[in-house]
Amino acid sequence: MKNFIDIYNGINEQEILQKINNVERRHVINALSKETLSIDDFIALISPESDEFMDEMAMRSRHTTEKHFGKIMNLYVPLYLSNECTSGCAYCGFNKDKSIPRKTLNEDEIEIQLIELNKMGFKNVLLLTGDSRKYAGVDYISRTIKKARKLFPHVGLEVYPMDILEYSLLVNSGANMLTVYQETYNREKYKLVHLAGKKTDFIYRVETPERALQAGFRRIGLGVLLGLHNPVTESVYMALHAGFLMKKYWRSEVSISFPRLRKSEAGYIPDYDVTDFQLVKIILALRLFLPTVGIAISTRESSDFRDNMIDLGVTMMSAGSKTNPGGYTDNCSGKQFEIEDDRNVGDVLRAIKKRGYSPVFKDWDENFLSTKGGIFGINH
Amino acid sequence: MTNGKSNQDKLKIADREFNSRLMLGTGKYPSPEIMSKAIELSGAEIITVALRRVDLNDPEYDLLSQIDKENVLILPNTSGAVNADEAVRSAKLAKAAGISDWIKLEVTPSPKHLLPDAKETLKATEELVKLGFKVLPYINADPVLAKHLEEAGAVTVMPLAAPIGTNKGLRTIDQIKIIIEESFIPVVVDAGIGRPSDAALAMEIGVDAVMLNTAISTSNDPFLMAEAFKMAIEAGRKAYLAGLGPVSETARASSPLDWLKK
Repeated sequence: MKNFIDIYNGINEQEILQKINNVERRHVINALSKETLSIDDFIALISPESDEFMDEMAMRSRHTTEKHFGKIMNLYVPLYLSNECTSGCAYCGFNKDKSIPRKTLNEDEIEIQLIELNKMGFKNVLLLTGDSRKYAGVDYISRTIKKARKLFPHVGLEVYPMDILEYSLLVNSGANMLTVYQETYNREKYKLVHLAGKKTDFIYRVETPERALQAGFRRIGLGVLLGLHNPVTESVYMALHAGFLMKKYWRSEVSISFPRLRKSEAGYIPDYDVTDFQLVKIILALRLFLPTVGIAISTRESSDFRDNMIDLGVTMMSAGSKTNPGGYTDNCSGKQFEIEDDRNVGDVLRAIKKRGYSPVFKDWDENFLSTKGGIFGINH
Repeated sequence: MTNGKSNQDKLKIADREFNSRLMLGTGKYPSPEIMSKAIELSGAEIITVALRRVDLNDPEYDLLSQIDKENVLILPNTSGAVNADEAVRSAKLAKAAGISDWIKLEVTPSPKHLLPDAKETLKATEELVKLGFKVLPYINADPVLAKHLEEAGAVTVMPLAAPIGTNKGLRTIDQIKIIIEESFIPVVVDAGIGRPSDAALAMEIGVDAVMLNTAISTSNDPFLMAEAFKMAIEAGRKAYLAGLGPVSETARASSPLDWLKK
């Protein structure tokens, strides 16, 4: 069976742009009348022709999301373990060439942060590292997962891409979800902004979600860093990637994030300024194209934007986040990016409830699992 | 008027391409002559033959002798098999007799309704794929089973529209829509299609091909009915390729996006 890279190699970005240009009003109307949308319907919905149909898209997105997920919002919190990094990503605050205070949490410090997050009510923690096998190796991550699992029923990872065997080890240590952002699906742009380290390997990155799914992760998170390249073509690739994974790894849950490039310590100026209107359109179109995909919005976005999106398609939010290691108790290390929504958890919960939605901290329990996944059992 | 989209449109199963999206059964016809004429008029390029009816020592005799094998793929089926072992055994016999290494897998333990046995069908598919067969399993319209069969290496899945021989039409349409959405392999609706409009509807929702027998073979005029199905399947396919128009738009009150600047 094909991998996504085969699909990717069969697509030409120019052709996508051509299709966008050829969209007519009637294509949008047709797309909005369908139960199941094709990728061409998705393209119609993100084209400029859909501007006047945004209200209808929003209503449908709300309805579809409520139908599949209910009036709920899943909550998670990031825990940055280390900002050491060997990669040179032009837009990132952890870029190896930046002189920021570097820190890797030791076991005691991790314990303190985990207890702090647990006290805030979280049951779903996302562990993050920079790209440094020296400071945050697979063993270190594995030990941290085991520690986190004592307090958190769900542990997600956002770490450097690994091989299948390494992922299997982390699944067996108790990790439930892996998030890996492609950043950009444009190969040339990818090369231009990823200047050093293992991350320069575009294909290895594209194939990472499949390695993780084959290793037994049941949940996978994808994303593009909006602003790096044309948001319209990027969202088409993103939609195809997610749709393909959902179909091939049909036992798995796929979710998508749309981080917009924010001011980071790297001072990178994005080529594309993605407006609220564009971002909302992409989210609504994606919801209609993939009715069951998870959609996450982090605290990179403002409180107003996040609150307005609660009932329009989003299913996961972080809250009270800090993007520097140790940030929940002190402020001595460099951040990955600036937080826009700096409200505390209580305020975010109130905003969710005010919209008539119910915040959900726990939606996972290991006791449901009867088999080990991946190379130790079935694929997910 | 024809356009490029429909001219290039071929049904691909495993490594073969077909112009017709109609598959026909061969049982139930009043005579072999009527059968072969009906097949010709239908344009079908895949026809199924029950192995239990073929004289394996002389497969050219009787049924198969009537068929133009240049343009038509003879697809043996395992009809009559009640479990995986029997189905595998008959597939092996068909291959040994030189009929085909393609097999339409039917495992139907109960002769009353001839409904397919999911567990034995999956088991037989796994075994036959290992033996190098191209397996086309007949199944209930079960999307999860369809994924299991795809992973096992089936080259199509053939969900039923309604219980076999009932001519009731697309009763399982909602599950079939999910199977189409989720499958990488072609989806062929098999059993239950009674009218050309049923076949057209199946094609309109995106089914790759339709398999028929009773509706044509027991018609008062099998020739006219064969042509009717041929046209219905082509019409439905073209409508699917063209994309169906909208049904309705719903009215709404206030804007959920009044906070958003363009």
